[in-house]
Amino acid sequence: MSDEPVISEELQSMLNVDFGPEVYEIERGMVKKFAEAVEDPNPAWQQAAPPTFSAALVPTGLLHKLFNARTPLTRLLNGASELEYLQPIKVGDVISVTGRLTRLRQVEGKEGPTLFMFTEVNYTNQKGELAVKGKNTYIKY
Amino acid sequence: MSEQVYYEDIEAGSEIPALVKYPTTMQLVKYAGASGDYYQIHYDKDFALANGLPGVIVHGWLALSFLGQMVTDWLGEGGTLLKLNGSYRGMNLVHEDIICNGKVTKKYVEDGKNCARVEIWAENPQGEKTVTGSALVTLPSRG
Repeated sequence: MSDEPVISEELQSMLNVDFGPEVYEIERGMVKKFAEAVEDPNPAWQQAAPPTFSAALVPTGLLHKLFNARTPLTRLLNGASELEYLQPIKVGDVISVTGRLTRLRQVEGKEGPTLFMFTEVNYTNQKGELAVKGKNTYIKY
Repeated sequence: MSEQVYYEDIEAGSEIPALVKYPTTMQLVKYAGASGDYYQIHYDKDFALANGLPGVIVHGWLALSFLGQMVTDWLGEGGTLLKLNGSYRGMNLVHEDIICNGKVTKKYVEDGKNCARVEIWAENPQGEKTVTGSALVTLPSRG
């Protein structure tokens, strides 16, 4: 392991910076494709998004920068997800996605240093209503 | 789909119907396409092995999707999912059962809504909990 810090300046500089909005038009086909991929035949998903559909509304700007930021740790895993539903996401909605890195935490694991990266993502509909609040923890090790 | 479950039907300790899923590499590829998560550990065995993994592993989000399906199947048309959380504690490998389970831990009325908190978890065939989490839901009343 090099002496390079796990929490680089590049990562540090991302903290609490808003990324986005990235705008997604919720088309029937993309919801259908998602429901088929998770093999959830519930007819409700012909009109509304299944619970984890926000996984498809990716804050690409945030994640691309986060996953490619300088750090000696190269392996990545998903640690945890939290979703809070305030308004349903329906076919025909236009969802604006904004995300930020809220916290970095380094711990010494069995196999060396482990970095926890905590993110928050807001999914806002075309009426300006917050539809889903998401939190995700990514692990680099 | 089964009959509607009502707030009066449940109590702390009530189990919700389990759901067993069997993800294949093909499903992981479909999920990668639908979600845009093309991280190779989820379909490229050589890449997964080179990363120290035992093989191609199931996306955490896909396992959480299965837990979400279990909860929304149980809620039916009359219930609402307010929160869904999961921590990815272990790995689910492809071509293995993922057994999704849930148990009501608490029921209460808040702001006129019939709420229930449900502990949810996914197990691999060895009985290890690979995802643990919770769901907050509202249920309709018979009243």
